[in-house]
Amino acid sequence: MSRLPVRKTYKLFIGGAFPRSESGRTYDAEGANVARGSRKDLRDAVRIARQAGAGWSGMTAYNRGQVVYRVAEMMEARRAELAGLSSGADEVERAIDRVVWYAGWADKLAQVVGSANPVAGPYFNFTIPEPTGVVGILAPEPPLLGLVSRLAPVLVGGNTAVVVASEAHPLVAIELAECLATADVPPGVVNVITGLRRELAPQLASHMDVVALDVTGADGDLAELERLGAENVKRIVRGKADGQSPYEIAAFLELKTVWHPIGM
Amino acid sequence: MATAPVLPGGFELPLEPRLPRLGSIDAVALEERAATLATRSIKKGSKVFALDLAIRVMDLTTLEGADTPGKVAALTSKGIRPDPSDPNIPSVAAICVYPNLVAYAVERTRGTGVKVAAVATSFPSGQSSLDVKLLETREVIDAGADEVDMVIDRGAFLSGRYAQVYDEIVRVKEVCAGRAHLKVILETGELGTYDNVRRASLLAIAGGADFIKTSTGKLPSSATLPVTLCMLEAIRDVHEETGRVVGMKAAGGIRQAKQAVQYLVQVHETLGLAWLTPDRYRLGASTLLNDVLMQIRKERTGRYQNPDYFTVD
Amino acid sequence: MIKDKREVARRGEAAAIPTAWEYAPAPESREIVHFEDRYGLYIGGQFLEPLSNERYTTIDPAREEPLAEIAQAGKADVDRAVKAAREAYAERWSQLRPSERAKYLFRIARILQERSREFAVVESLNGGKPIRESRDVDLPLAAAHFFYYAGWADKLEYAFPNRTPRPIGVAGQIIPWNFPLLMLAWKIAPALAAGNTVVLKPAETTPLSALLFCDVVRQAELPPGVVNIVTGDGRTGAELVSHPDVDKIAFTGSTEVGKAIQRTLAGSGKRLTLELGGKAANIIFDDAPLDQAVEGIINGIYFNQGHVCCAGSRLFVEESIYETVISKLKRRMKTLRVGDPLDKNTDVGAINSKQQLDKIGSLVQSGIDEGAEIYQPPCKLPERGYWFVPTVFTNVAQSYRIAQEEIFGPVLSVLTFRTPDEAIEKANNTPYGLSAGVWTEKGSRILAMAQKLRAGVVWANTYNRFDPASPFGGYKESGFGREGGRHGLEPYVALDGS
Repeated sequence: MSRLPVRKTYKLFIGGAFPRSESGRTYDAEGANVARGSRKDLRDAVRIARQAGAGWSGMTAYNRGQVVYRVAEMMEARRAELAGLSSGADEVERAIDRVVWYAGWADKLAQVVGSANPVAGPYFNFTIPEPTGVVGILAPEPPLLGLVSRLAPVLVGGNTAVVVASEAHPLVAIELAECLATADVPPGVVNVITGLRRELAPQLASHMDVVALDVTGADGDLAELERLGAENVKRIVRGKADGQSPYEIAAFLELKTVWHPIGM
Repeated sequence: MATAPVLPGGFELPLEPRLPRLGSIDAVALEERAATLATRSIKKGSKVFALDLAIRVMDLTTLEGADTPGKVAALTSKGIRPDPSDPNIPSVAAICVYPNLVAYAVERTRGTGVKVAAVATSFPSGQSSLDVKLLETREVIDAGADEVDMVIDRGAFLSGRYAQVYDEIVRVKEVCAGRAHLKVILETGELGTYDNVRRASLLAIAGGADFIKTSTGKLPSSATLPVTLCMLEAIRDVHEETGRVVGMKAAGGIRQAKQAVQYLVQVHETLGLAWLTPDRYRLGASTLLNDVLMQIRKERTGRYQNPDYFTVD
Repeated sequence: MIKDKREVARRGEAAAIPTAWEYAPAPESREIVHFEDRYGLYIGGQFLEPLSNERYTTIDPAREEPLAEIAQAGKADVDRAVKAAREAYAERWSQLRPSERAKYLFRIARILQERSREFAVVESLNGGKPIRESRDVDLPLAAAHFFYYAGWADKLEYAFPNRTPRPIGVAGQIIPWNFPLLMLAWKIAPALAAGNTVVLKPAETTPLSALLFCDVVRQAELPPGVVNIVTGDGRTGAELVSHPDVDKIAFTGSTEVGKAIQRTLAGSGKRLTLELGGKAANIIFDDAPLDQAVEGIINGIYFNQGHVCCAGSRLFVEESIYETVISKLKRRMKTLRVGDPLDKNTDVGAINSKQQLDKIGSLVQSGIDEGAEIYQPPCKLPERGYWFVPTVFTNVAQSYRIAQEEIFGPVLSVLTFRTPDEAIEKANNTPYGLSAGVWTEKGSRILAMAQKLRAGVVWANTYNRFDPASPFGGYKESGFGREGGRHGLEPYVALDGS
């Protein structure tokens, strides 16, 4: 006799937990009823992401690097599931290796992006990078590799994220969220909202507590999103859906320069 | 204006401009030293010694708006004989209560050697006039309290009115002198920096404190190992410079026996065995007592214990 | 209800005033470690018998008990190891994608974290350092070092802008006995990250953590020959240094041996880095946070029994606070617990060898003979084993041997100064230049002192802090080259051409 499988219910990922949308709505994607996130879900996610910011950015870079590496460990353990929900094993392997690549930047970034500046005077002057804050991400295709290519640099820099998953292929984003949940990523550092892009993107772009918006995966009216973002001088970032570079991380960093006199 | 007792070196009035220049503490190093001391592994006989000591220096405390004579009666019984099944368990050092309950506590502890400590001076906020604070102090002493736990005026301290803080301590001490010993609560959780903790410690000692105490226990952040280490170092410096002995009370947030042992180790390695006596050291706590009893029984029987087997008073 | 109030009063009186609070022994269990009776040389991914047929015994310096038989690698053994390293380099390691190299190093880091307690016990047993230190300092730093350099393996072009960094080839690495596993990590991690293969010789007295590390290499499935471990004394090191097919030598150890190596390699064109001795000045100004500064002094010279090249062995105290500092220092020294390295409460462990113990004793005697005043806190030492009581000398002149020569033991020399310029002059007045410490509240003074001190590492309001991201190395006769940080990659890459 064949056995009836127990199907997974795909919900949102907010604050380390998997709640349903507060609206109670779902939409049909990839043969499943996927949570149709609302603006209130986004609002909750941003609030939680902000609270989680102090802890995440306050960790040592080494610790952050280890946590991101552990995300790769969890992804490796779920290769089969991730492959089934994306284009296949090749995309999954590239995604895992990309996470490992970015993990290794956490404790080196300041050495490449920062500097000690030789000012003309008896002052010690240094520039250090700091995370910018809550970053909104519109996940690009391909649904796993694209998402990971945008999320990893945001995280490694010490920021927290609210991700709007791919509308057509949302399931792999939730699968990835399960990897995050089991990888010692502190609750609220990453939040994933599935739903309709046209409903969610403008909300993220206009939210006054989202400091940067990654529009690499924006479809539809990009100019409108940029216009909405101007209200709180958002950093609008267009990156690569399939690239890796420390400058992708730097796009989400502020630079702080400090002066101090040198003298007895 | 009150007359001051001998001041620690480098500490002359007027205080306002001088106090902020006093005593810097490196927070990172202080916290690291406290953390290293907390890694001491205290086992077997040395652990039993510490647990027994923890009870003997404990101020068993109830400070709730809902306190009644019945509650105080139960607490006092517990403090006098913490574990009826074990005659070797000592009594606590003191019972600590609000002014209205002092008389009941005094009655229940008469003849037992257990002291009664009363909070006073508009505990926990300290936000009243000096006259009200002095009146309250007089009342608790008249009611029979052996010890007074006062709070410093943090509002005055943080706005730089150090002379006022100092003067209040001196006046309260005048009321106490000869009748009760005075503990001065710094409420370290509100002071912001270890530098301020050291300054407040020296200020309180200069004002006449017999003991300095960390907290009221009414704030989420109270006693921590680095804060008490900072205060013990201030006590040590005063003792080195002037020979004066000042006691230390760690209060607030000490719930587990393991923590209590860490606090005692800290005293042991900073001030030495001489300070590990109820005359010079106290732990202010309420739920701690049962955890200590459970640990003592575990050491004796080899089994991890169950709270149901220990009375809740 | 109190049955008998008199009974209670009696209980109170009967509580005797104790005269001491002795901490009961709190030993870390040895069970987790298993040593073989004898070890071969780890070459090409296997343990091989030494062609030299020579062996020696390695011991536990706290108990003077033998732990295992160790191979003494001779010329032919070293040759075999270098050949294995060369073959692994040419055939396997340099063919790998850098991101794959990275993943091997990440594996090693994770395995070290998993087996952390086991390795900590080995370090304390074989080396003599307290378990609290191996557990809380050596092991976490060793694992972190591999983790840090793993991340550089596939990012080298960002570390050297405008250059295409390439590996050098085979690195010969010789490490000391004071931080055996950590020194191994400092050498192997950057070398492998840059694409080189290695032949490493651990110190004669502390081979065991390196030999156990071979099992980590096996668990990580590192290709055979990438890491080779040859044990032995100075003769093995000399063979490695003079082997014609080694492209680069990295040495950490005594200045005397460092100079000998430099002479040997003269004219050969081989790359060389040296991390040698030191005689660091630890300078305390009158506005320093005093109790924390005293902790810093203690940590600077008694941490790891003073077996630290960057130890703060010369204390310079501003004269106005001299009495206070000395009094606090002596008082603090009395609470140092010297004893069994495996006891979790031990602060100061065993001296690594009889040889080192004798050397310390002889220099301490010279201090007494030259007229310095010695203080040692009362201390009960175990019967067997090599021990030295933490010692401080006051009334020390700059010219005394104890102020000039590296003692490499728990012995502090105290001198005074009146002005910052005087402190700087005396601090720099040494052929060494590894490290220095500055204690003051004043930020601008920290930076001015850092600017003027001729030392590769300056610690301000702290001491003996290490991190894989932080470059470490000396000026002058303390050596050249840096380990740690982006700069730590430089000795292991070839940058010619772009």
